[in-house]
Amino acid sequence: MARIIVITSGKGGVGKTTTSAALAMGLAQRGHRTVVIDFDVGLRNLDLIMGCERRVVYDFVNVINQEANLNQALIRDKRCDNLYVLPASQTRDKDALTKEGVGRVLEELAHGYDFIICDSPAGIEHGATMAMYYADDAIVVTNPEVSSVRDSDRMLGILSSKSRRAESNEEPIREFLLLTRYDPARVEKGEMLSVGDVQEILSLTLLGVIPESKSVLTASNSGVPVVLDRESDAGKAYADTVARYLGDDVPHRFLQVEKKGFLRRFFGG
Amino acid sequence: MAGYQRTSAGDRPAVFELKAAGFTLPIIRLLEADIEAVAAELGARVEQAPEFFRNTPVVIDLSGFPRGSGEVEFPLLVGLLRGYGMIPFGVRGGTKAQNEAAEAMELAILGETETRPIRTERNAAPEEPAAPAPRPAAPSVSEEPAAERRAGPGASFTLVTRPVRSGQRVYAAGGDLSIIAAVSSGAELMADGNIHVYGPLRGRALAGMKGNTDARIFCQDLQAELVSVAGHYRVSENIPRELRGVPVQIYLDQKILRIEKL
Repeated sequence: MARIIVITSGKGGVGKTTTSAALAMGLAQRGHRTVVIDFDVGLRNLDLIMGCERRVVYDFVNVINQEANLNQALIRDKRCDNLYVLPASQTRDKDALTKEGVGRVLEELAHGYDFIICDSPAGIEHGATMAMYYADDAIVVTNPEVSSVRDSDRMLGILSSKSRRAESNEEPIREFLLLTRYDPARVEKGEMLSVGDVQEILSLTLLGVIPESKSVLTASNSGVPVVLDRESDAGKAYADTVARYLGDDVPHRFLQVEKKGFLRRFFGG
Repeated sequence: MAGYQRTSAGDRPAVFELKAAGFTLPIIRLLEADIEAVAAELGARVEQAPEFFRNTPVVIDLSGFPRGSGEVEFPLLVGLLRGYGMIPFGVRGGTKAQNEAAEAMELAILGETETRPIRTERNAAPEEPAAPAPRPAAPSVSEEPAAERRAGPGASFTLVTRPVRSGQRVYAAGGDLSIIAAVSSGAELMADGNIHVYGPLRGRALAGMKGNTDARIFCQDLQAELVSVAGHYRVSENIPRELRGVPVQIYLDQKILRIEKL
């Protein structure tokens, strides 16, 4: 049976879709059959980030409405055989997602895959609650700033009360924190919350810290999940995050300012 | 509930007694932001029974005041009511901003305990769970963090073991509430009895919701946005710095909310 992971945040623009794409690619590259689903019905970004936007025929809503079957809608990634994308519909709205429909699709996928990654839309409305309802694990993507932390906290409250696991009194969803757009230099200047600050507020297991990096935007624009960019800090940090999720003991990197910055601080006063 | 009793400090006979009593008072429930429309309507009412309103204390209820239609013009409103012989002395059901404005006019902020059941705006948790609820008599909690209620000796007791997140509300009806995790800012704890928090308290804590002035709040690490006992409250801004981040107890002493280091 597949493990269902929701990538969520509450706040928009923090890096949910980037994270979904990177984690899905990372898991698939490590040999796990993985499918990533775009729950952001009406906006549809995941296929762009995954670089498969020109191969979309049917979408998630078509499958829910039984206008197409899963095999017609799933897009196999050209770079990795273990990875499939289920794109969102751009022409519908989020109400097209029904609890029964989503449940049926996930049930069907659960038999053929190891991991199902649900890329949640921003907000705490219907689309977001549908994305998290069936989750086994939640990765809460947070930026090191107060409004993002507050929204993540709100989302965690919803996760612990409105999910299937909560409603049926099962073991609760495993919750992980992924801090993105982290800039150690700004943390040092006191302009940004530190990893410690965020963890103290959210009291969550830290799965990874992704440094602020130009390579993320470049990767998104060219439709390549950033985890494939082995040269960039962000790519390495995502690879570490995947390893950690799979149970490897990997130390956190990119939490400190590089030497250059340190010396500058030293002499520049 | 324990009776309210205090021994006077010296041996001399008590010069006063402190007691609680309930009164039935007229409430003016504002439904319209337009003060002129209110004035016209009020004038017509008073003309019908001028004696009824003379020297009558009244409470202004803002729970029906349309949101987003500007502020309540308290100076005008109070002047208007006084002009008709009424004694406006308090408000209830207002937002934080409205309450602040009312306080500036020296109006009392009244609790809304007996009139309305406590519920969230959007996610009204059922007051009493229907029969098929798995937990016996769960406390009224919205977006419920795993809370369990235990029948202790005498009063009931609600225990929460997971963090109470922003936007969550926990209400321990008829008893005490204990939290052994963090309470995030934006979360709200309410109890008819005492509240105990063993993690950082960053949200709101309201003890003695039904007016029990003996209720107390105990916490290990006070960083709260608001604390209140029986309707007497203090917001974060008015909590001295030296009391923040340390273990404290919060209680009512002669109607004054005291925060004391433990």
